[in-house]
Order: sequence, then structure tokens, then C-alpha cells
Amino acid sequence: MEQVLLEFKEQFTSAFITEDRWKLYFQGLLTTIEIVLLAAILGLVIGTVICFMNLSSSKAKKCTIPHLIAVTYIDIIRGTPSVIQLLIMWFIIMKSSTNGVLVAVISFGINSGAYVAEIMRGGIQAVNKGQLEAGDSLGISRFTTIRYVILPQAFKNALPTLCNEFITLLKETAIVGYVSLSDLTRVSNQISSRTYEPFMPLIGAAAIYFVIIKMFTILFGKLERRMSQNVAC
Amino acid sequence: MLRVEDLKKSYGNNKILKGISCEIKDGEKIVVIGPSGSGKSTFLRCLNMLETPTSGRIWMDNDELTSKSTDLTHIRQQMGMVFQHFNLFENLTIMDNITLAPVKTRKMNKLQAKENALSLLKRIGLADKADAYPSQLSGGQKQRVAIVRSLAMKPKVMLFDEPTSALDPEMVGEVLDVMTELADSGMNMVVVTHEMGFARNVASRIMFVDDGNIVEENDPESFFEHPQNDRCKEFLSKIL
Repeated sequence: MEQVLLEFKEQFTSAFITEDRWKLYFQGLLTTIEIVLLAAILGLVIGTVICFMNLSSSKAKKCTIPHLIAVTYIDIIRGTPSVIQLLIMWFIIMKSSTNGVLVAVISFGINSGAYVAEIMRGGIQAVNKGQLEAGDSLGISRFTTIRYVILPQAFKNALPTLCNEFITLLKETAIVGYVSLSDLTRVSNQISSRTYEPFMPLIGAAAIYFVIIKMFTILFGKLERRMSQNVAC
Repeated sequence: MLRVEDLKKSYGNNKILKGISCEIKDGEKIVVIGPSGSGKSTFLRCLNMLETPTSGRIWMDNDELTSKSTDLTHIRQQMGMVFQHFNLFENLTIMDNITLAPVKTRKMNKLQAKENALSLLKRIGLADKADAYPSQLSGGQKQRVAIVRSLAMKPKVMLFDEPTSALDPEMVGEVLDVMTELADSGMNMVVVTHEMGFARNVASRIMFVDDGNIVEENDPESFFEHPQNDRCKEFLSKIL
């Protein structure tokens, strides 16, 4: 028993304490969070634009050019692995850039944008058609009705799924090691290849991911509750 | 005040309205009745262009609604509409529901709109609900709020699309009371309803719509006592 504990302590020390390795995890975590926050913002912006382009056809019931662009974009992004997208961005499109974080942010932003667009479309289409008709019948412009009535409700509909997308995105950034960024996953991998003991670094990284995501989940839960208080439905 | 000329509406091959013409004069309260699927709701929704007619023309005073060059939003500000399912803005308080249109269309400033809304809410006895959300109201309360939301724009005519059909029987009365009071105050009204008591008491003219046409039109007394059309007789014998 004592033997096991001793070995555990030794592994823990070599994984986290020796040469201040915990700092590496911490820096890796910061890289992960930096990428995911920036990519989420970019994804939200791209997603919003793509979503409106996509919905531009439903009114006139015919295919508009923005609609076609949006549909193609969503199709391509959803139809290819994000690792490949990241590698294409790194080795082909932004070949001249040495800023790995920037490349990762753009790549994940573009990726997330496609999903966000679909999530928002779902949120908007779930809003009762009568809300728009009511706005029309009162002689309010479409823009005003959409801005003050449709979008707030759509956002509330989409919020749980958007939060989910954020968490998915956070975990997906574990592949940025492919473009030689030292995120949490890569750091733990590097340390385990240095100590020849993969157990502690990998379990440690998993625990850190878990705690961070748990914190975001609690945060989002609070946000959702606050939203549903304001808009009792 | 409203004039409809050979109004036709079809969805694909399904002809809903087959050429309705009528004129609604200032001060009239029209009640439109008819079996379900006859096209009466579609007719009403064409009057403020929520449904785009396949052909035909509609005028309000001197403005042609069916003309492409007409500013529809401007005309709709003078036509209130009350829906079967209320369609209150779910994310806004009762007060904001009522003031949104007057403020955003620059008809009133915020303060005026609020005062106006409050006096309208007092009129229907719901002033204490100003800060509540629609989901906290009963069906009857929602519909009464929906009525004053339209009134806040000071419309020239009010359209009612089966305003009591989605209500519990208990709540029908309170909504009809508001509508009756509104009629007494001289508002022009076009009401699609199944409430025959209301039709008899309030209507100045009743239109019976069947299969996309107005088949009978008369004042309430002659309409209910001496219906001419066979389809109309049959309908009345079933419901009265």
C-alpha cells in the first residue's frame, strides 16, 4: 500500500512539480482559452452573417445568391473534418503566417460559424410566425419587429445550443498541436514523453478540461436562468 | 372606407377566394360568418395584406393596398388586427407590447405612449398587469391586451380574426364586452366570428361566406329571421 502511494507521489511530482512543469500546463490552458474565446466570437459574427444570408431566400421563396453562398459554406464546413480545415489553413491558405494562434482562431472561427449559423436559423424559425404577423399588422417595419421581437426570442431559443457549441469548440481545440501550438493537450503529451509516464499528465489534462468546462456550464446555466426570468414563457 | 373588387386568392390549385367584391362604409360593423374552410379568415387577412391576393384590388379610402407603389406599413398603422391566438410579443411586457408600435413608428413619444397605454389598460381593467409578461396572463386577458395594443395606434378600422375561438368558454364574455364597447364607441369593425349572439347584437351588416364567395349579405334581423340562401339556411339551422 505504502509502495503504491509512494509511486503515485513520485509520478505526480515528475508530472507537475519537477522543473515547475505546472507552469507549462497553465500556459497551455491559457493558449486553449485564448483560442476558444476568440474563435467563439469570430464564429458568432460569421454565424450571424451566414444565418441571415441563408434566411434571405425564405421570404420570396426563391433562391437568392447570398442563400446559395451560405448553404455552400455550411455544407463544405460541416462536410470536412476540422483537423483538415486547420491544416489547410496552416499549410496552404495562411502559409506565410507564423502566428499559429491567429491561424487557429480563424480556422476554428470559420468552422464554428457554420454550426452557429444553423443553430441561429433553428432559433429564428422556432419563433411563432404570429409574432411577425402581429408586427406587420401594427404597421411596424420588418426591421423593427425582427430587432425587438424576433431576435430576442430567437436568441433565447438558441442559447442552450449555443452554449453547447462553445463547449464542443473548446474540446475541439485540442487538435491545435497539429500546427505546433502548445495548448493543454499538447503540453501534457510532451511532458508524458519526457517522463515516460503518460498516466499523470493525461489524467491531469483531462481533469483540467473537465473543471474548466464545468465552470462554463455553471456560468451558462446561470445565464439561461436569468434569460428565462426576463422572458417568462 | 374599405372597397374590395373581385378579390381572388388561391394556393396552388386550391382556390380559397373566388372573386369577392364589397364595400364597407364609415361607421359600419361587419360580421363575417360561414363554415370553416369557407375563406372568411383569408378574406380578412387579405384586407390588410397579410395574405397577398392572387388578383383583385383593395382600397382604403383613396389608397390602393394592392398597388405595388403603396406604402403598406403606413396604411397598416390605420388598421388594427386582432388574431385568434393573440400574438402578443412574448418577450415584452404588456406595457412594451402596447407602446412598441406607437413609439417605433414615431406616432407618439415614449411618455405619451405610456400614458395612452395606461389609460387603455385602465379601460379594460388590467392596469395592474402593465409590467407582467404575456405568459402570466389568462387567454381572455391576453386577448383584451391584444385589442388595446391595436387601439394604441388609433386605427380607423379594426379587423378581428376569430378573436374568441381560442378562449375558454368562461373568458369569451370579457372579450366580447370589450368589442361591444368598442363598437358602441363608433369604431369601424370587420369581425370574423362564430359568436352569433355578438353578431346579432352588434353587427350593422352580416356577410355569409361560403366556398370563397359572399353568398348572402343583410342586416342582422333579416339575416337571422329570413335567410334567403339555402346554404345559409342550413348553416343557421345547425348552429342556432
